[in-house]
Amino acid sequence: MMPDLGKYADTVLSSYAVSIALIVILVVMSVLRADKVKKQLDVIEKKLKSNG
Amino acid sequence: MNSFWEYANPKKFIQTTDKVLPWVAVLSLVLLVVGLIWGFFFTPDDYKQGSTVKIIYLHVPSALMAINVWMMMLVTSLVWIVRRHHVSALAARAAAPIGMVMTLIALVTGALWGQPMWGTWWAWDPRLTSFLILFLFYLGYIALWEAIENDDTAADLTSILCLVGSVFALLSRYAVNFWNQGLHQGATLSLDKEENIADVFYIPLLVCIAGFVLLFIALVLLRTRTEIRARRMRALLARERMG
Repeated sequence: MMPDLGKYADTVLSSYAVSIALIVILVVMSVLRADKVKKQLDVIEKKLKSNG
Repeated sequence: MNSFWEYANPKKFIQTTDKVLPWVAVLSLVLLVVGLIWGFFFTPDDYKQGSTVKIIYLHVPSALMAINVWMMMLVTSLVWIVRRHHVSALAARAAAPIGMVMTLIALVTGALWGQPMWGTWWAWDPRLTSFLILFLFYLGYIALWEAIENDDTAADLTSILCLVGSVFALLSRYAVNFWNQGLHQGATLSLDKEENIADVFYIPLLVCIAGFVLLFIALVLLRTRTEIRARRMRALLARERMG
């Protein structure tokens, strides 16, 4: 049940598409980097612990 | 007051945010989905602006966040300058990309909205121009952190840049009132019932604003934890290299 956006449909839809895409990219990049850095730190800490 | 500064301890910060972060993230997602669906599907067209009024649910919250994220960075930068707490400097670093994306959303949605309403994508209007400068400040701030190897030096210099940029963040907020000219209208939200937008648009807008604020909190907590871990990693690697 898409609302009738009339002659401004392109304007409204592109605003939503660009904004949601930018937010999703920001969230995904933040989560991926958080995961990567956590794993890297765990490896380094384990290595240093095993080296004494 | 002592208990507040406990969170400047990286370990305590990570322990506390472990519990808080999932709740904030879920709540922000719920509010954003509800607010945007409400605004997009269940609000009427404006008698002057037609369906473009639906852009308000993205444009206003992102513009508010663009300015307020910089203000948060100002506070944490001042805490760094005065108290030398690493977590506060890292929180400012973590917030900058979020603020940059919010500013970009405000600029893009503003241009898309402006074209049919004003007949132009862009004008050198006080508010638009100050927002563009704020966006450039975000880019410069992020680049400065990346360019300097020593974390403390980077925190010092970016804090100074943040102080300077605060002028433009404030200018972005009050530019319309200062100059009272240009295409951009005054504040969308007002305590004056006469000036404020109609409730049918206002309530879903408030839900969207709450969603954006919580999204920012969730992201800044997540990213600050990452910066704390990255800093620890750099310190451990440096210690290992020195033998």
